[in-house]
This record gives sequence, structure tokens and C-alpha cells, in this order.
Amino acid sequence: MKALSISNLTKTYVNGVKALKGISLDVKEGDFFALLGPNGAGKSTTIGIICTLVNKTQGKVFIYDNDLDTNTSLAKTLIGLVPQEFNCNIFETPLQIVCNQAGYYGIPRRLARKRAEFYLNKLALWEKRNTQVRMLSGGMKRRLLIARALIHEPKLLILDEPTAGVDIEIRRSMWAFLREINNNGTTIILTTHYLEEAENLCEHIAIIDHGNIVENTQMKKLLTTLHMETFVLNLSDPLTAPLTLESYPCRMIDETTLEVDISKQQSMNQLFAELSNQGISVLSMRNKANRLEELFLRLVAGKEDQHAY
Amino acid sequence: MLTKIHAIGFYTLVRNETVRIVRIWSQALLPPIITMTLYFVIFGQLIGTRLGTVNGFPYMQYITPGLIMMSVITNSYANVSTSFYMYKFQHTIDELLISPLPNFLILLGFIWGGVFRGLLVGILVLGISLFFTHLPVHHLALMLLTVILSSFLFSLAGFINGILANSFEDITIIPTFVLTPLTYLGGVFFSINMLTGWWQNIALANPILYIVNAFRFSFLNVTDINVDAAFTIIILFAIALFALCWYLFHKGVGIKS
Repeated sequence: MKALSISNLTKTYVNGVKALKGISLDVKEGDFFALLGPNGAGKSTTIGIICTLVNKTQGKVFIYDNDLDTNTSLAKTLIGLVPQEFNCNIFETPLQIVCNQAGYYGIPRRLARKRAEFYLNKLALWEKRNTQVRMLSGGMKRRLLIARALIHEPKLLILDEPTAGVDIEIRRSMWAFLREINNNGTTIILTTHYLEEAENLCEHIAIIDHGNIVENTQMKKLLTTLHMETFVLNLSDPLTAPLTLESYPCRMIDETTLEVDISKQQSMNQLFAELSNQGISVLSMRNKANRLEELFLRLVAGKEDQHAY
Repeated sequence: MLTKIHAIGFYTLVRNETVRIVRIWSQALLPPIITMTLYFVIFGQLIGTRLGTVNGFPYMQYITPGLIMMSVITNSYANVSTSFYMYKFQHTIDELLISPLPNFLILLGFIWGGVFRGLLVGILVLGISLFFTHLPVHHLALMLLTVILSSFLFSLAGFINGILANSFEDITIIPTFVLTPLTYLGGVFFSINMLTGWWQNIALANPILYIVNAFRFSFLNVTDINVDAAFTIIILFAIALFALCWYLFHKGVGIKS
């Protein structure tokens, strides 16, 4: 079953800006789906329309086969949204906020409190349940948005840049939590500017740019289209003379750091053999750039060129 | 079709609005009590005792129903305009917009807040007025109907202000430049029989005049205008404003792009 099906969705704002130019998109049940794009590409507009926060100009949206126009209430009960901007009442407490949200979805107060305890505990907010939200840290506020979105146990969870501005430790704990709820059957759609996040978490990816979907495929499939990767090698001893490798383009960054370009057809063993032959020993190595980031820039840049002409 | 989900959702919104008003009692309930006490002391006791009677009633007794209604109107209006604008300002309204609650129930939830605060203030002001004057009730059902319909009507007006407002200043413009003058000129402090010529005709174009007179009639059995006409006007205004509120909310004016 499709968790989300969008067809021919268009949005033209009153100032004439065409944010969406007839996009179509399907997300299958249980998927972890990345919706990426540069600023102003149309991601938030798409999410806004799905969540009925933005009026669409044209097109159809189905949530688990429920038409958002005609079966609105049922479709809405299936969606949970973690918005980009913090939008809770800052004078209320986390417990009040999640219980109220549960109420809006028709969950009786007693059950709402039970679920609130579960999700606030899960997101390490139970200790702060009676603290006014304005007193919480940025990371806590982010986690509260997730707890609020999950309180009615939606089948489709939409996260609009959920980890923006949170430190790496919290981000990683949030990733683990999102993986867990996805494994439990919740379909997740994620927009993010951290492409590492999308690469780590998502199975499918769509890239949106200038209101059009420019790519919609499996994450693995997309990553295999990358033909060349750059690795940064830390050497154990400083090099005194310039280095050349027979089969690999390389550059010295400093005396102990070397950058090497490796195509998909080449083997790493051969690289290490060549380095070994020259008496160079490698302490560690890492990927220079996030692979998805390179692909993303390539796809978006390609479209930029088309728009320029 | 309305379901249990909608009923619980609506109850949650009603509960929130009620709890909010009780929580901020010092801002919501205390100021109108202080203001109205001053009105009773200054206009009723100090000045009123020197004015003689109006339509056969001591001035203090004559103005009391109007003062109660004035409190109800201003508080119903202010509650909804402020509450809804705060939801908009903090984007908390998104919590409701993405939920399965139908638009008209969300609208009614906010209107409930205005009606509740208006009636609560009305009861408190009525209680205080009894320290200053005797207030008989001639038509209890009429009195209840008038006060409920009026608070409903001005809650709707407050909602329109809240949904169209783009800044906190916009919340105060209408009460300052429209609502207060209309209330003061709506027969709270005088009978329109005291006006002459075109002043009387202008006063008749003021809807608050009809509300105040219907309310005064329910207490004192005296009115400047036909009570049936007053009710027709109140009900027509309420229907028109409810339709306008629903339309604005449904279209997402001021809340959706």
C-alpha cells in the first residue's frame, strides 16, 4: 500500500511564485523516505499541503488511499508532523502540550496521559514534564516536537528538518529513535539539510528543485551513480618529496595528509600496494565529502544550468 | 459526520480555553471588575445621585444593565481576538489545523472562550452592582438569551479581528476606535429619548443600542426600542458573522498561504 500518493501537485502563491509545478510522488508503506532540495525548492510547500497548512492550487493527495480533499478527517488522523519551526505554546508544559495534541486527535485524557508518559520518557523529557516550555533547551524543544507528533501514533510521520540546530549527540540519539519507530512500522518522510542524515537513515530519496522532482529513486541506486570518490589519507611519516601514484590522481594537502581520487572500477588494495612500494604507511583514511552531498550538488547544479538557458 | 474523535477534540479545545481564562484571572477578570466598580462609584454614586431619574429609574439603576452588557461585550471580544491572534503569532494554530477537528468546531472552540469569559465577567459585575443598587429581573429568560447571544456575537467579531490581524496593534485598533465609541454611544449611559433630531437617527444605526436596550428591558421592563426588532438584529448579525468567520477560517485567510 502507498502511505502517500501525490499526483500533479501545483502551488502558485498569491505573489505569482510557482512553488510546485505539478509534482507526483509515491511513498510506500513502511518506507524511510528523504525529500531533499535546496532552500526554496518546494519541500516545505509540499509538506504544508500534505498537512493542510498550505492551500494547494491543483492536484491530489492521498494518505493511505484516503483522499485529503474528501476524506479529510481520516486522512489527517494518519499523519504526524514535526515542523521546522518550534510552534508550541511557550507558557504550557510538555505534558500539557502532548496531552492536548492527543485530545485534538480524539484520544481520551487517561490514555493520552499514559502515552505522554511513554513518549516523554522515550525522548528523555519526562523529568521536564511540568516545566514551562520556554525554559527548555533547544534540543529538548526539538524532542518535544517529535513526542507531540507521535502522541496519536500516526502511520505516516513527516519530519521537516528535525535535527536542525541540535548537537551531534542529540542528533544521533534522535536517529536511533527514528530508526526504531520506522522498524515498528511507521512510514517516515524526512527533509533535511544534513545529507549525511538522509544517507544514513533513508531507503528512498526524492530531490526537488524549482518546484520539480529531479530525482526519485532508491538511495543505494543513487549512490551507485557516483563514479569517483575522494579519500583523505593520514600518513605515519612526513613526506619530504612530492608524491606521484601511477594509477591514482593525488594531491598533498600537507606533509602527512594525502588526497586520492579513486574511481569505482579501481581497487583499494592496489592503492595500498603502490603506497607500500614507496615505503609509505597509512595511519587512517576517511571519505573527503559526503557522497550524497556530491550527488545532490551535481543534480541541482545540472538543473541550474537548464534554468539558466 | 461528527464522531467521538471530534467530540473529544472539541472538548479539549474548550477545556484549554477555559483553563487559560481561569489561569490568567488577574488579567482577564480583575481589570473589568475594577473598572466597573469605578463606574459604579463615579457615575452611579457621585454623579448619578445628582442627576435625578431616567425613564422613571434612579440613574444608577438605569445604567447598571448597560454597564454589565458593556463588560460582557468588551471581554468576549477581547478574549477571542487576543487568544486567536496568540495562536497565530506562535503558530500554535498549526496544532489545530493539522488535526482532524473540522473548521467549524475549531471556530466554536474559540467562540466558547469568548462566551465563557464574557458571561463570567458579566456575573461578577452583576454581583458588584448589587452593592450599589437594587436590580430586579422582570424577564429572566430574555435576560439570559440576550447576554448569551451578545457574547456569542462579539466573540465572532473578535475572531474576525484576530484572524485578520497582522500585528498586536491590529488587535487594539478595532476596540479603541470602533467598539468603545459604539458602546459609549449605544445607550449605556442615556436614553435615546434624550437625543434630538439626527443624533437620534444616528444612534438607531448602532447595533449595540439594541443589545443594551433588550438587556435593560429584561431587568427594568423599560426600553427605547422594540425588543422584537432588537432580537431580530442580534440574531441576523450573529448568523452573518458566523458565516463570515467560517468562510475566513475555511479559506485560511491570515493563517494559510
